[in-house]
Amino acid sequence: MLDLGTTLVMAAVLAGTPLLLGALGEILTERSGNLNLGVEGMMFMGAIMGLMGSFMYEQAMTAAGAQTIGFFSALAALVMSFAAGAFGALIYSFLTITLRSNQNVTGLVLTIFGTGFANFLGEFAGQQAGGYLAVGAATKAAFAPLAIPFLSDIPLLGPLFFQYNWMVYFALAVAVVMAVFLFRTRFGLNLRAVGEDPAAADAAGISVSRYRYMATVIGGGICGTGGMYMSMVTTSGVWVHGCVTGYGWLAVALVIFATWSPLRGILVAAVFGGLMVVRMYVSIPGLPIQIYEMLPYVATILVLIITSVRQSKKHAMPAGTGLNYFREDRE
Amino acid sequence: MSSKSAKHKEPFVRMVKRDDLSPRRAWCYRGIAFLLALLAGGLLILALGHNPLSVYKDMVLGAWGTPTVIRETVKLTVPLLVSALALGLAFRMKFWNIGGEGQIMMGAVAAGAFGFFTAHIFSAPVLTALMLLAGMLAGGIYGFIPSYFKARWNTNEILFTLMLNYVALAFIKFLMNGPWKAQGSSFPRMPMLVTGARLEQVGGVHWGWILALVLVVIAWIYFNKTKHGYEVSVVGMSSDTARYAGINVRRVIMRTMFISGALCGLVGVMQFAGVDYTITEGITGYVGFTAIIVAWLAKMNPYGMLVVSVFIAMLKRGSNTIHTIYKIPASASDVLIGIIFFFMIGCEFFIRYKVVLRGSNKKSHDENCGEEAQNA
Repeated sequence: MLDLGTTLVMAAVLAGTPLLLGALGEILTERSGNLNLGVEGMMFMGAIMGLMGSFMYEQAMTAAGAQTIGFFSALAALVMSFAAGAFGALIYSFLTITLRSNQNVTGLVLTIFGTGFANFLGEFAGQQAGGYLAVGAATKAAFAPLAIPFLSDIPLLGPLFFQYNWMVYFALAVAVVMAVFLFRTRFGLNLRAVGEDPAAADAAGISVSRYRYMATVIGGGICGTGGMYMSMVTTSGVWVHGCVTGYGWLAVALVIFATWSPLRGILVAAVFGGLMVVRMYVSIPGLPIQIYEMLPYVATILVLIITSVRQSKKHAMPAGTGLNYFREDRE
Repeated sequence: MSSKSAKHKEPFVRMVKRDDLSPRRAWCYRGIAFLLALLAGGLLILALGHNPLSVYKDMVLGAWGTPTVIRETVKLTVPLLVSALALGLAFRMKFWNIGGEGQIMMGAVAAGAFGFFTAHIFSAPVLTALMLLAGMLAGGIYGFIPSYFKARWNTNEILFTLMLNYVALAFIKFLMNGPWKAQGSSFPRMPMLVTGARLEQVGGVHWGWILALVLVVIAWIYFNKTKHGYEVSVVGMSSDTARYAGINVRRVIMRTMFISGALCGLVGVMQFAGVDYTITEGITGYVGFTAIIVAWLAKMNPYGMLVVSVFIAMLKRGSNTIHTIYKIPASASDVLIGIIFFFMIGCEFFIRYKVVLRGSNKKSHDENCGEEAQNA
């Protein structure tokens, strides 16, 4: 039997994973100097397209009379959600980097567009499918908790570490790879230079546009996979209208609380996830559940204030983030 | 600069800043972008198996066809317009107030404190005045908080105001589930504002629409003809210049954000006492975000904001109609609005810059610009 603490940790990890993916995508993006407020939109796009990917794969297999294989269905969801998020980020990149439009405005438009796109397509495809959009048993099984021989059976450690669905391990792997990339490779160093001081990076011969495009588009793709988690795991492969609402913004908050570090992001995602689920397990008398929902944002504001008061450059947003870079306008 | 770059391989395309494009041509460009957006939206409608022209026609009729729908369209315009005025004021100062949502919610909550609990004490005009004052004060304070930290420690206002939105949202949920929950209700909701305390109707819509029109004119005067407006513009252009000119930059930032937040708070009061008569999580209808784009597209010009917000309201309202007629999901309006915004944002680039293809430009940059001005 699992005790309350173990159950809570597991639930926190499960709830925190989409936030982690969304935040990781945004960390990569902001490290390049783009403050993309379209995270929610990109997650929505990834959520619907991931679900559609699995759904269409199943339809194709059924039409061909073949058996649906969970692995390929999950792969279809992953690829499609990444592509959808990356596509949203590509629109954003084209508008902000090439056409030099304002980052905040463009990001918000992307959120409006992505949210509308997902809810529209979800409802429309649901109508076509005769009621609602949902995936079959094989796909659902592919997103079920893993049962690794030996490891999953270890008492306590098994449930705590080895009984999650594959997306959890995927998110952790992305975080580790991103941390290595940012802080241990030359490309990562270049990317951080572009985000901190694009003019200096440009003078050093680094292509600011190319780095910003790459980071933003890949970051958007990662956000998209986070959205796919919502539609495939959280809602068990059924399209729920507005299923990502609020998660994208919470991911933006997470980026700040993690102070733009992928590895700290893992921890913060678990904490944020915990705050979201804790009300289902423990209730503290006198502390209403809605106050829990407030905590991540209040904590994030405190981090913002503290870093600015201490003028901490290390834990603050990259200095060039939020501003477009034009070589001609350089001062 | 040009002789130096000539030695390198000339890029395939490059961007040259325009000196000045005549307003007429600029509007021409915007018109083209808008038509392209409609074309892109039309392709989407075509893909769904409908005739784009008749869908667009029904959309417009759905917003303006009958007095009833016109009232609905106006009701959607008012919060969008006033929020755009509020946020536009902050943007002129280059202060990114992304917290309109939260300021609107706080305004509604403060109005609710009087509307729900003192309606039996005060007469209607007094109560309305109290609600307006309380709402504007609450919104103003909610806008003031991030500006204080911005002015004092240069705390990032984009992220700060954004986070405050969700604090306000959680606060409304808290009130809805606990202290302010309607008596006898099985699910969490707040009570309804008693009929006598609601805003008076003028022409079928609460009088806020008149106030909104007056505010457009006041905002234009405030932006362009007053010392405050001038200070805001100077701070927006360069806070260093403003400081040299003897402007108290911190005070301007805090004052302006208080006003910006107060106007958003006013929107909250109007939505509460004039439209919804209760407070829900959806009280803002997302206008705090949409208004950012409205203000931006209007280039912070109040009259432009009027035009853009009427247009957005029309799309929102019209999409309800096409949902009924064609069974196109109502979210289609967000897709269409997104597409139109993408095109309009993109088109601003072509108004500010000129695209020069490789080999097409034998003359120097300056001559070219002179020629452009003559052509225009």
